[in-house]
Amino acid sequence: MSEAHIVVKDVNKVFSTPGRDVVALKDINLEVPRGQFVCLLGPSGCGKSTLLNAIAGFALPSSGTIFADGQLVTAPGPERGMVFQEYALFPWMTVEDNVAFGLEIKNQPKAQIRATVDKLLQMLSLQDFRSRYPKDLSGGMRQRVAIARVLALDSPIMLMDEPFGALDALTRRNLQDELLRLWAELKKTIIFVTHSIEEAIYLADRIVVMTYRPGTIKKDILVDLPRLRDPAAAEFNALKRELGQLVMEEQQRHHNDELRMAAVD
Amino acid sequence: MARIDWREIGVGLVVPAVVILLWHMAAHLQWVNAQVLPSPGAVVAKWVEYLLPLQPYDAAAGSKLAWVFSGELVQDSLGSLYRVVVGFAVGAGLALPIGLAMGASKHAYAWLNPLVQLLRPIPPIAYIPLSILWFGLGNPPAIFLIALGAFFPVLMNTVAGVRHVDGIYLRAARNLGASGLTMFVRVILPAAVPYILSGVRIGIGTAFIVVIVAEMIAVQNGLGFRITEAREYFWSDKIIAGMLTIGVIGLAIDIAVNKLNNHLLRWHRGLEN
Repeated sequence: MSEAHIVVKDVNKVFSTPGRDVVALKDINLEVPRGQFVCLLGPSGCGKSTLLNAIAGFALPSSGTIFADGQLVTAPGPERGMVFQEYALFPWMTVEDNVAFGLEIKNQPKAQIRATVDKLLQMLSLQDFRSRYPKDLSGGMRQRVAIARVLALDSPIMLMDEPFGALDALTRRNLQDELLRLWAELKKTIIFVTHSIEEAIYLADRIVVMTYRPGTIKKDILVDLPRLRDPAAAEFNALKRELGQLVMEEQQRHHNDELRMAAVD
Repeated sequence: MARIDWREIGVGLVVPAVVILLWHMAAHLQWVNAQVLPSPGAVVAKWVEYLLPLQPYDAAAGSKLAWVFSGELVQDSLGSLYRVVVGFAVGAGLALPIGLAMGASKHAYAWLNPLVQLLRPIPPIAYIPLSILWFGLGNPPAIFLIALGAFFPVLMNTVAGVRHVDGIYLRAARNLGASGLTMFVRVILPAAVPYILSGVRIGIGTAFIVVIVAEMIAVQNGLGFRITEAREYFWSDKIIAGMLTIGVIGLAIDIAVNKLNNHLLRWHRGLEN
């Protein structure tokens, strides 16, 4: 673990809209070691998704550089697989075709694709759904497929944009446990965006709290509670209280900003 | 699966039965002149006569099958269907690649869209005089008109389908490494299929309207020609028999296209039930 797996250096991102510029990210510096599970935490508008999209290569920074796995990020690519909140499964493909798609793009031999898909469907308990279309699956099942699709790429880095945000609490916990199991087994570097404090503490090695506009890093803490973590434990709740204060300060700024904008209009 | 619901079918038959009964009474009690509105029975009799072969079977003249299909109604229906199929294939066959290009390329769109917008509001029927000048009488002008009628709905929907592909699919596909042809064939095209198929459905409907009109003016057979011809002889029973045939064929086409839609869009959220 000599060199960081993801390096974000002096990153700024400005969105220009008619009338005013919004500074979404300001002077972000972040180094993520290989295999670390990092949660980006903050209220909406704090730039956590912007940072994730920059690492994914969807929206490059206005200035600064991002290196992933030693490569400068210039475009999206399969070495940084992304799981989206809205699943983004291809509805015209069956579950197995969705999982196989990334491998077909890589022109892997059919037999090998088949073997990988079988293994992943097994791993995510999707065997019985392989010929179904996404419309016939529940939200939790869809997100399992999206995770399998990214795992198929065998990318060392996994980016997750509020992947469990639309799920009910029980499904969510179930998928969190599943993700932790996969992460421990496959040793991925994960950057996971969430606005749920509890989710961040439950999952992460490290939590990066971001500020509301301009998006900066407000606090960067390591979570060294033993896994699987117990959300009812005293240490868990102490951390939750501490993070809650930090996040709510930013949420308040977000709220005030909204009120001010409304007053201007 | 679809169990046959006799009750629903029974309810559905009530209103048509009442209409036919009223029609029968109007004709039978001579509320109207039989020349203007023949009785349902007369129409059915005419329809059967129109359907059956004109000549008695003669083994020397050809096969039994050809004889069975030698009735005027069968020949007219086949003629009309042939024109619809060929005309639609030509129209949609041109519209699909042009629409895909216009949807996918800003340049193609900028070049072609003004002309398309200019021509689109002209109803295909308005091309009849020109099509006769260009192609004379018979199948060519009819197929030209039908192709024109099918062209614009398929084109407009294809363009809209490609342009409205949800950005999330494009992002996900780029993330998986897709680009160029793979992106187009595996992501953009299937995402546009629901739009394209609704264009196909409108296009076939238009083609079927245009074929009847074209036959009334430019062709010497087909259902449209036959009912116009029947008017000259005051054969109102034959006119109505022809119209009913047009209705049945139109319904059959619509059901077939619908079935195709449901099959091709079995993945689509809008169809779950």
